[in-house]
Amino acid sequence: MTLVQKTPLYETHVKYGGRMVEFGGWSLPVQYTGIKEEHQGVRNKAGLFDVSHMGEVFVKGPDSIAFLQKLVTNDVSRLLKNQVQYTPMCYMDGGTVDDLLIYKLAEEEYLLVINAANIQKDLEWMIANSKDYHVELINASDQTAQLALQGPLSECILEKLTNAPLSELNYYWFIPEVILADKKVLLSRTGYTGEDGFEIYCHPDDVGHIWEALMEVGKPLGLLPAGLGCRDTLRFEACFPLYGHELSADISPLEAGLTPFIKLDKGCFNGKDVLKEQKESGVSRKIVGFVLTERGVARAQYPVLLDGVPIGIVTTGSYSPTLDKNLGLGLIKAEHSKLGQKLEIEIRGKKVSGEIIAKPFYKRGGK
Amino acid sequence: MNIPKELRYSKNHEWVRVEGEKVIVGIDDYAQSQLGDVVFVELPEIGSIVTCGDSFSVVESVKAVSDIYAPVSGEIIEVNEVLGDTPECINEDPYGQGWIVVIQLKDASEVNNLMDSAAYQTMLEEGENS
Repeated sequence: MTLVQKTPLYETHVKYGGRMVEFGGWSLPVQYTGIKEEHQGVRNKAGLFDVSHMGEVFVKGPDSIAFLQKLVTNDVSRLLKNQVQYTPMCYMDGGTVDDLLIYKLAEEEYLLVINAANIQKDLEWMIANSKDYHVELINASDQTAQLALQGPLSECILEKLTNAPLSELNYYWFIPEVILADKKVLLSRTGYTGEDGFEIYCHPDDVGHIWEALMEVGKPLGLLPAGLGCRDTLRFEACFPLYGHELSADISPLEAGLTPFIKLDKGCFNGKDVLKEQKESGVSRKIVGFVLTERGVARAQYPVLLDGVPIGIVTTGSYSPTLDKNLGLGLIKAEHSKLGQKLEIEIRGKKVSGEIIAKPFYKRGGK
Repeated sequence: MNIPKELRYSKNHEWVRVEGEKVIVGIDDYAQSQLGDVVFVELPEIGSIVTCGDSFSVVESVKAVSDIYAPVSGEIIEVNEVLGDTPECINEDPYGQGWIVVIQLKDASEVNNLMDSAAYQTMLEEGENS
């Protein structure tokens, strides 16, 4: 039995009218005013998310790079100081332990940001893999709070509270020490919504002050507090995988379509042999995107059928507020994965027609 | 919370408007606000027979799939087709345009088993305090 944990912003969420639900062992707001309104708010203006449940692990020591190269599928040696990299982390059989962000703080110091529900599992996996390396692993999850400010007005809101050169900060780069609303934070131009935006890492004691400061300067511009509900619909439209849905111990990152983040030419790493084989002979299953052409909403775990015969399962399904359609992601047999392929989703015993469409469902315009 | 006095309520948060031998059925303000933005309503077939307590419809919000239970027994004689294109009516006007079905009562006295607005209000308040 594990207790439901509260982030340092719990009281703030309640004050702002957040509807608190349990997610991955954490009590977090699924919505404040409504998922659709918050979703459109992030797409058109800006939204502020509490993502303090995410895990943070520091990797330090002379073998940091060698250890990380073995641990993850992307090529960490290409990472420059103050740059961020997205990468899957695999088991030996090519299944996925987690997907994470790696922040290069120094030549021998990295910050890994991992999924909340996977913290314990990831740590055990990392420790087991660190035996032959001179590295130190520090779980800083409890000493780190995190906010995500997402949407096209994010920079405009943030610049009211900091002198940091935000316009020079490119996507997937960070500034290790920024003074934001008089507090010291790490600031990266990253996010999980498909919009421009920032993620702010700070001390748990400071996060309430930063939240209020951002809401105060952002509210006149349309900033809304945003819950986990729209975080999911936003990432879904952008077709970012969610661990436990599009990625799992049973789903390889190649099956999930994360080919650019698997560098088979970088030397030995966990899962390489299986991933190489999958790449060379082609995967047998694939994550595809689909639209329902009849009425209904696909949900995770619903069967995907072709002429009544099962060909896979839905991994995420939802109404898409931006496209005003019912869309889904599904893991299906690769031979049926071409664009335009007709399929059916079994919804409460009834077959509802759909069709495979291109991913991502939504891509932001501009830069 | 809007709880119209002239309606009757089930413990599952359906409302009922009695019109002679027929009742109009929908989900109430509490249920729609708990569900959040409704994006799909699965309507039953006209002519289907329902028994009190049976699931006869499904209302889906962005995040939740919720069964709707028959508050009385009888035959479905009308369904609100408007909800096919505008399921959000359930959020915007749960007691009006957001009605779901009309049921021809099997036994008109069955509506007496439902709560009046005062009893329903009490149930909601007790729920919040528990």
